Amino acid sequence: MITIFGKPLLLLYGQLTLGLINGAFYALLSLGLAVIFGMLNIINFAHGALFMMGAFVAWMLLQPNQWLPDDWTPFGLNLHWNLQVPDGIGVSYWPALLIVPLIVGAFGVVMEKLLINRLYKLDQLYGLLLTFGCALIIEGLARNQFGSSGMPYAIPEALSGPIDLGFMKLPAYRAWVVVAAASVCLLTWLVIEKTPIGSTLRAATENAALVQAFGVNVPRLMTLTFGAGVALAAFAGVLAAPIYSVNPGMGSNFIITVFAVVVIGGMGSILGSIVTGFGLGIVEGLTKVYYPQASATVIFMVMVIVLLLRPAGLFGKT
Amino acid sequence: MFGFTRAQATGFVLMVALIILAPAVLYPVFLMKVLCFALFACAFNLLIGYVGLLSFGHAAYFGMGCYVAAWAAKTWGLSAELSILAAGLTGAALGMLFGWLAIRRAGIYFAMITLALAQMVYFFCLQAPFTGGEDGIQQVPRPPLFGAISLQSDMAIYWLVAGVFLLGFLLIHRIVTSPFGQVLKAIRENEPRATSLGYRTDDYKWVAFVLSTFLAGIAGGTKALVFGIATLTDVHWSMHGEVVLMSLVGGLGTLFGPVVGALILTAMENYLAQFGAWVTVMQGVVFVFCVLAFRRGVIGELGALLRMKL
Repeated sequence: MITIFGKPLLLLYGQLTLGLINGAFYALLSLGLAVIFGMLNIINFAHGALFMMGAFVAWMLLQPNQWLPDDWTPFGLNLHWNLQVPDGIGVSYWPALLIVPLIVGAFGVVMEKLLINRLYKLDQLYGLLLTFGCALIIEGLARNQFGSSGMPYAIPEALSGPIDLGFMKLPAYRAWVVVAAASVCLLTWLVIEKTPIGSTLRAATENAALVQAFGVNVPRLMTLTFGAGVALAAFAGVLAAPIYSVNPGMGSNFIITVFAVVVIGGMGSILGSIVTGFGLGIVEGLTKVYYPQASATVIFMVMVIVLLLRPAGLFGKT
Repeated sequence: MFGFTRAQATGFVLMVALIILAPAVLYPVFLMKVLCFALFACAFNLLIGYVGLLSFGHAAYFGMGCYVAAWAAKTWGLSAELSILAAGLTGAALGMLFGWLAIRRAGIYFAMITLALAQMVYFFCLQAPFTGGEDGIQQVPRPPLFGAISLQSDMAIYWLVAGVFLLGFLLIHRIVTSPFGQVLKAIRENEPRATSLGYRTDDYKWVAFVLSTFLAGIAGGTKALVFGIATLTDVHWSMHGEVVLMSLVGGLGTLFGPVVGALILTAMENYLAQFGAWVTVMQGVVFVFCVLAFRRGVIGELGALLRMKL
């Protein structure tokens, strides 16, 4: 058996792909955080909860018969609506990839309109506190409705088999997650860096008042940016649904690590947060092979080192 | 007296009177929980209210305080005051290291860094052998005070908790009203200006951070001795969320706010415990409401109404 530094090669490959997958989620989530922070100057603590919401909405669309009541009496009224859905009817994975980000993104737009846009004149810290409260509400509601244990979400049939790469067999779904996440990240980067909408967005990030003076509706731009960032989180949630069990705590576990990723990368650059996300996923995977005890904390340790050497973050501007 | 304004002195006397009289009416264990969280919230408020630093990882110092006090009392058989002191020193030591790292970045990054470091402590506690993992450290005996006075009865330990709380409360008040505290407030208001006046603002922030984590550790250690248990809940970020909420509801940057907030939130949790996960939802709603419409908190609003500094 081939070994590298005393570890079997297959184990190394296996953990590296797992690391890449985690990295894909770090990249998608930190990208959304960075886009929102750049435009709205708010750190969205609810990002993890919205990621979880994406996974749950996908699950609910797939199996409406599992949660819609047979006999629903709304608000205690004597209506007895029958919402029973036959087995086998529901929105499958592929359309969900598009529909769920739209639904959750629309939720994000409402959230920005109702709550967040009241905070722009205040200290940034209030934004963190408000979105923290939103995260508690979303998570608590999910826990009430579905309990703390996870729901399984089947891998779509087209991707259920393994791909033979010659040197290892890779589960097709995992390869798909990495490819899909990387493409969406790249697409976001292209939109922001190479299109007219993106240049307006970047200009508004630099100087919102001036852009508004040119006739751009900046408040609407902010709302849409928040919605887009939330949609990215929801997209990540749908991708994650077949890998992790869909459960109310899945978001908060991720989001704190993503915060560390954001501190390491610095929020100055879009490409930076993508590279940092994937890179740290790989670092985490390697740690699982060579020193498994530290795998949960390695990203935080990297954060400490980066803070000591380059406090502004790898890609940040001082 | 002690640098209190007249209104604050009245409030303080009222608070002491309530602490003395309350156990006649209310369950002492509930009151001790309130007092421990009140001290914890005051320690947190020292940073956010007077230095303008939002730490998002104070549960780490509180929780490590819990573990160390429980370990000291159970395994080393230390007396009560030494166990609590050990908890405070652990909080301070951890705060020295983490504060030194975190004050490199300001504002929102400071919050994220403290949160990430606290999560590291959580994972450490999950894996380290001495914390007992998911079980925590259970059945911690209540050690005698000074090795002589028994604390077995709830009322005996109540007076200890009340004493610890009042000492911590007065210490924070002393810090805030001292010349050192004036510099802290100057940093909160305008850091570049404080720097230009010749103050090493990073050193001031660091010392304030360590003082705050010391008191958070003390609060945790006291709680561990009262309940005889130290668990992962105490180091989890949701514990930190609770203490932020207490300070916010009571009023950030006020003297009595965190105490009132701790009382309200602990009572809410106690009486609403039957609703299970709805408590989290309600906490979230209170968070959103306070940030949007009630930023001064109960004591802040009261102070504005009476035109007094409370």
